[in-house]
Amino acid sequence: MARADLKQRKLDATTERLRDFAMPAGGKWAREAREAALLRLTGMGLPTKRDEYWRWTDPSSLISPDDRRAAVFDAGEPRPFTDIDALKIVFVDGVFDAEASDELAGENLEITRLAEATQADIHWASSVYGVLEERGQTPVERPLGALNTAFASDGICIRVSGVVTRPVNITYLHASETSDAVLHHVVKLEEGAALTLLENGPAAARFNKCIEVEIPDGAKFNHVRTQGRDHERRAVTHLYARLGSNAAFKSFTLTANGVLTRNEVVLELVGNDSMAHVAGAALGDGDFHHDDTVFITHDAERCESRQVFKKVLRNGATGVFQGKILVKKDAQKTDGYQISQSLLLDDDSQFLAKPELEIYADDVVCSHGSTTGAIDEQALYYMRSRGVPKTEAENLLTLSFLAEAIAEIEDEAIAADINDRLVAWLARRGHGKG
Amino acid sequence: MLEIKNLHVKLEEEDKQILKGMSLKIGEGEVHAIMGPNGSGKSTTSYVLSGRDGYEVTEGSATLNGEELLDMDPEDRAAAGLFLAFQYPVEIPGVGNMTFLRTAVNAQRKARGEDELSAAEFLKEVRAKAKTLKIDADMLKRPVNVGFSGGEKKRNEILQMAMLEPKMCILDETDSGLDVDAMRLVSDGVNALRDGKRSFLVITHYQRLLDYIKPDVVHIMSDGKIIKSGGPELALEVEHNGYADLLAEAE
Ligand SMILES: Nc1ncnc2c1ncn2[C@@H]1O[C@H](COP(=O)(O)OP(=O)(O)O)[C@@H](O)[C@H]1O
Ligand SMILES: [Mg+2]
Repeated sequence: MARADLKQRKLDATTERLRDFAMPAGGKWAREAREAALLRLTGMGLPTKRDEYWRWTDPSSLISPDDRRAAVFDAGEPRPFTDIDALKIVFVDGVFDAEASDELAGENLEITRLAEATQADIHWASSVYGVLEERGQTPVERPLGALNTAFASDGICIRVSGVVTRPVNITYLHASETSDAVLHHVVKLEEGAALTLLENGPAAARFNKCIEVEIPDGAKFNHVRTQGRDHERRAVTHLYARLGSNAAFKSFTLTANGVLTRNEVVLELVGNDSMAHVAGAALGDGDFHHDDTVFITHDAERCESRQVFKKVLRNGATGVFQGKILVKKDAQKTDGYQISQSLLLDDDSQFLAKPELEIYADDVVCSHGSTTGAIDEQALYYMRSRGVPKTEAENLLTLSFLAEAIAEIEDEAIAADINDRLVAWLARRGHGKG
Repeated sequence: MLEIKNLHVKLEEEDKQILKGMSLKIGEGEVHAIMGPNGSGKSTTSYVLSGRDGYEVTEGSATLNGEELLDMDPEDRAAAGLFLAFQYPVEIPGVGNMTFLRTAVNAQRKARGEDELSAAEFLKEVRAKAKTLKIDADMLKRPVNVGFSGGEKKRNEILQMAMLEPKMCILDETDSGLDVDAMRLVSDGVNALRDGKRSFLVITHYQRLLDYIKPDVVHIMSDGKIIKSGGPELALEVEHNGYADLLAEAE
C-alpha cells in the first residue's frame, strides 16, 4: 500500500476511534489547549505497529476499545513509600479520592486538581499544560501524549515556589477490572525551587498518564515511581521536562509486572550547566512487555545527562529500550551517558535495544552501551561452593546487576524501600507469580 | 573423613576421560598432598568434589564422613563441611566481599539448623580473621575478588575458609603466584586452622608449599589417578628428580 494511503487509513481509524472520546468541559485556556492537542493528534493519527517508533511495542491494546480488562491484584504488602513522610494524594481508577488524600496544601506549594484548574478561564497551569508535550512532538511524534492532553479527565497541578523537603506522593489505586484512566499532571517550579514527587500503584486496568515539568534556573526536580504489581495492567506514560540553567532532574522508575508498559521520557536541556538523570529497573516474568523510550535533547553548554536502564526478564518476558541523545550544534561540553542492559534468566525472554546518538557539536563526551546477558555461571558455582543456595546466589547476582540503576535514587530511605521490593520480588520468583 | 573410590570422570560435552580410577582416603585431622604434572587431573578432582557443572562421573564414589558427595548440590556439599580454595578465584562484580561472606556463613549455618550470626558478631569475627591475613577494610568492602592481585585473591580464599570453618579443606595450587611473604601468610592462615580434627588436601605442583604446610601423606597423580603414595619424603624426591622417574616407574 502506498504511504499516502497508509496515512489516510491511519487518520480514518483515528477519527473512528475518537468518536468514543468526550473532551471534558472547561474554561477558555483548557479548551484551547485541548483543542490544539486534538488537532495535533488528528494530524498525526494514533500510532500503529507500522510506525518506526512502535516497531517493537504494539500500541493497539493501549488504544483499542477492548483489551482493557485487568484483574485487580492484591499485593498483600504495604504500598511503596508508606514509611516516607509525604503529602499524600490518592486516585482510584483515575478518580481523585479526597477522603484518602491529604489537604492539597503545603509550604511553598500551590496544588490544584486539574479538573478544577481547567474550569477557570485563566490559570497558571496553561503555561505548562500541553506546552512541553507539544514541543516533544518533534522530531518524533508522540500521539498518545497529545491524546492525553486532549482528553485527560483529571490530574494534579503543582506550583513550587521554594525548596520543599517533604515529598508529594501520588498513589494510584486500581479497583475496577475495566477502568481506563487518563491523567495529566503539571509541575511548575520557580527559580531555585525543589520538589520530590513520588508515584506508586497500577492506577487502572489501562492507564495513560502525562507529567510535564518546568524546571527553570537553579531548580531541582526529583522523581521516583513504582508502577504497581498488577499483572494484567497496561500503561503508557510520558514524562516531559524542560531544564533551565543550573537545574537538575532525576527520575527513577521501578516496574515489576504488568502486561504492557511504555514509559516515554522526553527531556530538553535549554540552559547551561544542568543535569538530567533518568533511570529504571524493570522486572518481568512471563506475560510482560516493558518499553523505555527516552529522548534527551542537549541545547545548551556543559550539561550532563545520564540514562541507566536495567531489565531482568524471564519466562518469555520482553524488554525494549529506545534511547536517544541529541546534541545540538551549540551544546558544547555536553557529557552524555547511556546504558541499557538486560539480564535474561532463561532462553525464552528477549531484549530489544536501539541506543542512538546524534551529535552536531564538536566538543562533547558521549557514550552509550547496550548488553544482553545471562547469569554468570562461574560466579554462580563459586557462590554455591561457599554454601549459598542457588536461588539466593542468583538473586544476589541479579541485585548486583540492578545496582547501577538503584544507585540513581538519591534518597537513602527511598532507595532502601525500592531495594526491599526488588528482594521481595526475587524471593517470590519460582513461587508462582511475582 | 574424605574417601574417593575408583573415580572415573569424563567431560560432559566431549568424549574425553579425565579421571581414570582415582582413589584416596583422608582420615580426620590428616593433611594430604597431591602432586603431579600439569594436566594430570588435580583441579578436575577438586571441581568434581565441589560439584562444578560440566563433568560426568561414570564410575566410583566420593564420600564425606560416609555421605555421598556426588549426589549433592554444591551448596549442600559446602554445608556438609567441604571447602575448596580455588586455583583461580572467581570475580563477582557488584557483590560486596563482606556481603558475600556473610551470606555464605549464614546460609551454611541455616542449612545446618544453627542460628544465623548477627551483623555485629559477624563483623567482629571477620575483622579479627582478616587482620591476621593482612586483609584490609577496603578489600572487604570491594566486590568479591574484583581488582584483587593474585596474592590478595588467595588470601581472600583463606579468609573464606577461616570464616566457614569447614571440616575438609581442599586447596588447589594455593601457592601459585605467591611470593615468599605471601606464601608464609597463607600457610600460617592454613596452619592456624589445623586443630587435629579438620582435614586438608593440598594440591600443588611444587614442593615448596609443603615446607610450610607439612603433610602426613603425599600422593603423586598422573593421567587421572594416583600412581604412588608415601610420606613427606616423596615430595622431596619430586623436588630433586622431577616427575619423570616416578612416571616411568609407574608404567
Ligand atoms: N572443561 C574442560 N574442557 C577441556 N578439557 C579439560 C576441561 N577440564 C579439564 N580438561 C583437561 O583435563 C585434563 C586435566 O586438567 P586439570 O584437572 O586442570 O589438571 P591439573 O590441575 O592437574 O593441571 C587436562 O588435559 C585438561 O586440559
Ligand atoms: Mg590445576
